[in-house]
Amino acid sequence: MSEAAATKIPVTVLTGYLGAGKTTLLNRILSENHGKKYAVIVNEFGEIGIDNDLIVGADEEVFEMNNGCVCCTVRGDLVRIIDGLMKRKGKFDAIILETTGLADPAPVAQTFFVDEDVREKTALDAVVTVADAKWLSDRLKDAPEAKNQIAFADVIVLNKTDLVTKPELAEVEARIRAINPYATLHRTERAQVKLSDVLERGAFDLDRILEIEPEFLDDGGHDHDHHHHDHHGHDHHHDHGHSHGGMKHYHDEDMQSLSLRTDKPIDPTKFMPWLQELVAKDGEKILRSKGILSFKGDDDRYVFQGVHMMLEGDHQRKWKKDEARESRLVFIGRELPEQAIRDGFAKTIA
Amino acid sequence: MKDFNPAPETASIVSVTDRVTNVKLDSPATAVHFLGDVAAFVGAEESVSFASDGEVKPVAVHGGGILCSASDGKRIVMGGDDGKLVSLDAQSTIETLATDAKRRWIDNVALHSDGAVAWSAGKTAYVKAPKGEEKSLDVPSTVGGLAFAPKGVRLAVAHYNGVTLWFPNMGAKPEFLEWKGSHLGVTFSADNRFLVTSMHEAALHGWRLADSRHMRMTGYPARVRSMSWSAGGKFLATSGSDSVILWPFASKDGPMGKEPGMLAPLQAKATVVACHPRDDVFAVGYSDGTILMVRIEDGAEILVRGNAGEPVAALAWNAKGSLLAFAAEDGDAGLLAL
Repeated sequence: MSEAAATKIPVTVLTGYLGAGKTTLLNRILSENHGKKYAVIVNEFGEIGIDNDLIVGADEEVFEMNNGCVCCTVRGDLVRIIDGLMKRKGKFDAIILETTGLADPAPVAQTFFVDEDVREKTALDAVVTVADAKWLSDRLKDAPEAKNQIAFADVIVLNKTDLVTKPELAEVEARIRAINPYATLHRTERAQVKLSDVLERGAFDLDRILEIEPEFLDDGGHDHDHHHHDHHGHDHHHDHGHSHGGMKHYHDEDMQSLSLRTDKPIDPTKFMPWLQELVAKDGEKILRSKGILSFKGDDDRYVFQGVHMMLEGDHQRKWKKDEARESRLVFIGRELPEQAIRDGFAKTIA
Repeated sequence: MKDFNPAPETASIVSVTDRVTNVKLDSPATAVHFLGDVAAFVGAEESVSFASDGEVKPVAVHGGGILCSASDGKRIVMGGDDGKLVSLDAQSTIETLATDAKRRWIDNVALHSDGAVAWSAGKTAYVKAPKGEEKSLDVPSTVGGLAFAPKGVRLAVAHYNGVTLWFPNMGAKPEFLEWKGSHLGVTFSADNRFLVTSMHEAALHGWRLADSRHMRMTGYPARVRSMSWSAGGKFLATSGSDSVILWPFASKDGPMGKEPGMLAPLQAKATVVACHPRDDVFAVGYSDGTILMVRIEDGAEILVRGNAGEPVAALAWNAKGSLLAFAAEDGDAGLLAL
């Protein structure tokens, strides 16, 4: 990580459909004795029972950038609030941004891609989505916002697992995985998740891309989740890895993920124009994209990530000697033109 | 300005850096104003520091971050993240002018020459005349900037997708000037014929008020955070580029169809500009810490501060134009007497 990046204030986006348990989690983050001070941006004052003079009300005001792209929307209020919070830098370690239950996370993430001032001072850490184990399956059918929030997530806190049976839990997890197989998933009751599992994840840090995400591009769908109880006032952790054996497979009608991989080197002069054209054309459908690339004649790994039409990429580090030089890409989106993407990617092989 | 002697025939730039008095602030200032000949450095949080004759006196004004400030030379009015609107005069008299009931941030403030104050919290703009009632106007989205017209009590309220022009003392429906995007800063020309906004993207937008004709003022590499009218309003000097961009407003069409002037190019981004109150000279601060005084007529430059590193955050002249105050983001500050 560069020196500049190290001094940026991390911002965690806390999202989730109405009633899923966002505020419970937020209150826990603020009340737990972790020695850190958080500035909190909330949409609704008064729900937070913690005394904190760094709580700011937001209006979730989205505006379209004047660049001819309808999906290039930015949270203008966030630009203003972060500027204002920075007057008090040194008084807090990180920012937590709670969205309303109906919010689309994309404008928030895009603000961190496009706004020079926001980028200079802060870094988007992760999108954490709290989901209600009992009701999520229903919401995925009738609420596009809920689906967006799952698709966008880096971390999913599947809450209220005590209110569902084992088969119901398996079903809701399968539905989540049908949309987003890459997010880290934690099963919780009363939002009892280890704070280190939701904070300081570095999910948008290009230097850490792919390395902290065991699920990333893991076609087998193994989950390495932890189950958190609080029956006895302390946490137990049970490893439920490889529990996919009996998992049902769902295919979500409109939201999917698509992963591509090849061990053949990629031609950057073909790949870059292809990727840029793809997001220019289909960016509205592509919620998130990530990739790690092995370019022909290049000893460095190249990594990129994107939100809708916005992309950022960089040379990350040298390929290790014992590491397979494999290029991997993932797209999460709505009605992805799968065959066209596969064909287009195949043509970028050197 | 009689002391402006750049001596253009010499190869090296004329420097007055040895005439700058350092001002030792306890914490970084984000704005500076003059109350008479006393420089008042508005801190990022809590206090204002008065500096004169080598003495620095901090005065606590807010219980948190200070988000905005405006001055008419007699007092400074500030809005804070404590939900308070506070005024401070040269005698250190502090008066709380308003307190937001929901403790919302006071994001913007503007002062009228007749003593009226305007401020905003969220989507609501407020105006209060010295002896009048507090009046408010809700606009469609959060207020980005406020400006009083030079004549009459008329307030420009910048927000998403345009500017609302409000006559708080009249019952008439506010006028709306539309232009897509997020409008942040707003300013009237001195002759009351033009209105200019700085936008979220790297551009200004302007309107000729008589016919609402648009003026697109684009080409900046970065967002314009600082706008300043030259003496008499002939030029609007702006930051946001690696030189100072000057839009000509002397003719009846303003900058329409004209190229802006570009002065004082450096290998750094201009962060703040402040025009001299009487002469066609401006001061400019850059992202590398450099401060120059520049004569608009010929672009002649005088060095006030070298490239000390951290960006210049604030610049101000006193009303006579005999004193220039500056503050940098790292807390370094100074005064130059001309």
